[in-house]
Formats: sequence, C-alpha cells, structure tokens
Amino acid sequence: MNAISLTLASSLVLISIFISYYQNLSIEREIVVGTIRAVIQLTIVGYILHYIFAANNFFFTLTMVTVMIIVAGNNAAKRGRGIPGVFYYITVSIAVGTAITLAILILFGTVHFRPQEVIPVAGMIIGNSMISSGLTVSRLKDEMKNRTLEIQTALALGASARQAVQKILKISLKTGMMPTIDGMKTLGIVQLPGMMTGLILGGVDPINAVKYQIMVTFMLASTVAISCFCVTFLTYKEFFTPYHQLKAGVK
Amino acid sequence: MDKINSIKMERVSFKSGGEDILKNINVEFEAGYIHTLIGPSGAGKSTLIKLINRLIDPTEGRVLINGIDINNFDVINLRRKIGMVFQQAHLFDGTVSDNIKYGPLLMGEKNIDVKYYLNIVGLEESFQNKNVSNLSGGEQQRISIARTLANRPEVILLDEPTSALDPTSTQLIEELILQLKNKLNLTFIWITHNMEQAKRVGDFTYLVVGGELVDCGRTGELFENPRKEITRLFIDGKLTGGKSK
Repeated sequence: MNAISLTLASSLVLISIFISYYQNLSIEREIVVGTIRAVIQLTIVGYILHYIFAANNFFFTLTMVTVMIIVAGNNAAKRGRGIPGVFYYITVSIAVGTAITLAILILFGTVHFRPQEVIPVAGMIIGNSMISSGLTVSRLKDEMKNRTLEIQTALALGASARQAVQKILKISLKTGMMPTIDGMKTLGIVQLPGMMTGLILGGVDPINAVKYQIMVTFMLASTVAISCFCVTFLTYKEFFTPYHQLKAGVK
Repeated sequence: MDKINSIKMERVSFKSGGEDILKNINVEFEAGYIHTLIGPSGAGKSTLIKLINRLIDPTEGRVLINGIDINNFDVINLRRKIGMVFQQAHLFDGTVSDNIKYGPLLMGEKNIDVKYYLNIVGLEESFQNKNVSNLSGGEQQRISIARTLANRPEVILLDEPTSALDPTSTQLIEELILQLKNKLNLTFIWITHNMEQAKRVGDFTYLVVGGELVDCGRTGELFENPRKEITRLFIDGKLTGGKSK
C-alpha cells in the first residue's frame, strides 16, 4: 500500500463525520481528534517497533510489553473509577494473564521469544485483557451498588464478605469473559479475526493463517479468564473492611 | 461467647461523610425484653442498631456485651448471636428451604429442620419447596424471620419489619414476635414508626431525635406520662425536623 492510497482511504472517516453532522450527534470533533491520535500513535509505534525488531533485545522487548500493560491498566481502570487501588489491581491482573499465557505459548514453542512474535501476540493478549477486565470491574461496581440490601442481609446472617458477594463475583466474572466466548462461537463465520486477516493480506496461505488464529483464540480464552478472575477477587475486597462490613463511600 | 445478658452503648457517636448521624449515645438494653426505638425518619435509629451487630462501627465510644467490648468477639459469631431482620425482606433466589438453610450452611451445619422453623413462624410445611418469588410480602417477612431464627440467635434486631406490610400481616408479625419472646426467651430491639405498635409490643421504648437518644423508659410510662416536652411533642405528632445532622 502506498502513501497516496492510504491518504485516499482516510476519506472514509468523512463518512462518519457526515453521519455525526447529519444526525446532530456533535461528535465530529471527537472523530477528528480520534483519527489524528490514531495516525500519530500508530506512526510512533511503527517506528518504535521498527527499532525494537532491529535491536532484537530481550530488555527492550520486555519494556515494550510492560508499557503496553501499564497503558492498558490505566485505560481499563477508568471503568472502575472510585474503587481504591483499581489501577493497581487491573494492571496486576492483566500482567498475570499476559505472563501465564505468553509463558505457556513460549514453553510449547508456539511462539518464540523474538520481538517480531512476542510484541504482536502480547498486544492481542493485553488488548483483550484490558477490555474484559474493564467490563468486569464496571459490573462489579454496579452490582455492589445495586445489591446493598442483599449483601447486608447475607452479612447479618453470618456470611463473610466473600460469601456475601459470591453471586456478584460470578456475575462480574461472566460479564468479563462472555464477549470473548461469544466471539469464539462465531469466529470465521461472522468475522475474520485481525491476525488471520493480516496474515492473509500478507500473502500467507489461509490454512496456515487459520492455525495461527486457532492459537490466538485459545490464547485469548485463557488470558481473559485469568485476568477477569484476578481482577474480580482482588477488587471486591476494597468494598469491605477487615470486619466484613460494607465500606461507606466506595462507589 | 456467653449468653447475652445486656447490650450497652457508651458515649457512642457515628459520623458519615462529615455528618453526625449519632451523637453521644448512652443506653443499655437488658436481655429478655422487647425494646422499641421510635423517632422521626432519618433520626439515626437504623444506624444505631447496625452498631449492635457490627454492620458498622462507631466513630467514637464503644458497644459492650455483658460488659465486654464488642470488638473482642469474632464478628461472624456475633452476627449469628445477634440476628437482624430488615424493613424489606430480601430473600435469596431459590426456595424457602434454601433461604432457611442459608445461615446454618455457612457454618457447615447440614441437618437443618426447615419444618420446625416454618412452624415457629406459623407457615405450613408445604412452604419449604415454594420458590421465594411466589410469596406475599407478609410471607416473605416471616420467612426472613425464620431464616434469622435458624442461626439460633439470642437477640434479634428488627428494622421496621412491618412498615411495608398490610394491617393483617403486621398483626401476624407482632403476634409472632411476642410469642418468640416468651417461647424462646429472645430479646428484640425493634425500630418502628408506628407508635401504636410500640405501645402494643414494647416493654421499653427509646426516643431518638436528631441522632440523640432524648428519652427512654417503660413503654406505658413514656407514652402515658411523658416527662419531657420533646417526647410529648413527638407523641402528639407536633415535632418538626428531628433528622440527624
């Protein structure tokens, strides 16, 4: 793809600006800002990756993955605003999910520890963890707020904080995991996923591209489950005191 | 934890969000009686009883059971000894039986005589397999009392348990509580907005206004011969305000 084709393709953004204007959505400015940010961010990342791939250095690769995790944690934490330590809990959860999944893939030889392989794969893992962890804390926060009487009732009957929110934890965990599970069910039928599309566009035989995509699917199922589990069980404690009392003011 | 003979509050205050909800409460509830708490809405009555089973802790002062600071007891055991029934009975999804077994199952007790507890609250045995979504408000409240009783408490805190019920269900609950007090020798600390109800059921009555315990005494004396002007105004329905600040 040359620069002129890319510039012409950018005219597609005009369609979304037109719809926003026509329907009086007042998001034209956000679309323009989003487009400019995407172009700048991707260009910078392109150059950084170009340098990291060329350097092929363990430390640089690890730093890149760490930065991705912190940025993802920061973004997902917005959904849990008001919960003390939510950035820390989400970042740790994404890191744990990423580390376990990457370690398994490297151990089984599915992915090699080279920046060209580790960074794109980690990107997919972290991106999905970010979305699912964000959904999980957001649901947890809402359920804790809406089910105060249920929680107080359970506590008054002698339940521990953990027992009192057992159902809420399940609901939150499911909320985070379901989009990935639903995505798995329609994979290849409703959508050709990003990695597979990229490989096919890059000239790889579709059969080989499918193999990679199957790996990615398994990988995402595992990482989302780990991240959602960690973030649920780390975060719910923030709603309680050590004496199994609902904290006032955590909203 | 020994048998509960008295629950005492010493200089108890509670603040939330910078507001004084309770101010310098000094009171003692003796075991074996029905203690009714009355007062305007928002006066701090619900907050006061939640301090007794440690759903919240005071910001100042202390709560004592048999003269021992409540913080010295295991909070889970304390809540089993001091049960609580809320204004709106929240029943967990499932059957009546699932609800009655809830507390004992948490402690690993498996042999729970559901029929016994249904019988105590005046419901037929056939109720045990009913789904809780098919119950009337009065039935739900009785199940909620049965569920609390299944923990074998000595004290039960009642946070306006009849305020959402019709007169017939209210009367049934009142009769039930009076029976439980006599039959099982239980202690009740009962918040009510209904002064006639306080007169009917309370051995002792406590008036809470603006976060302060302004009067208390034997129910008959308090209502028929109020010593304080504020009590007389409240009984006559002439007290304005009275929310804690």
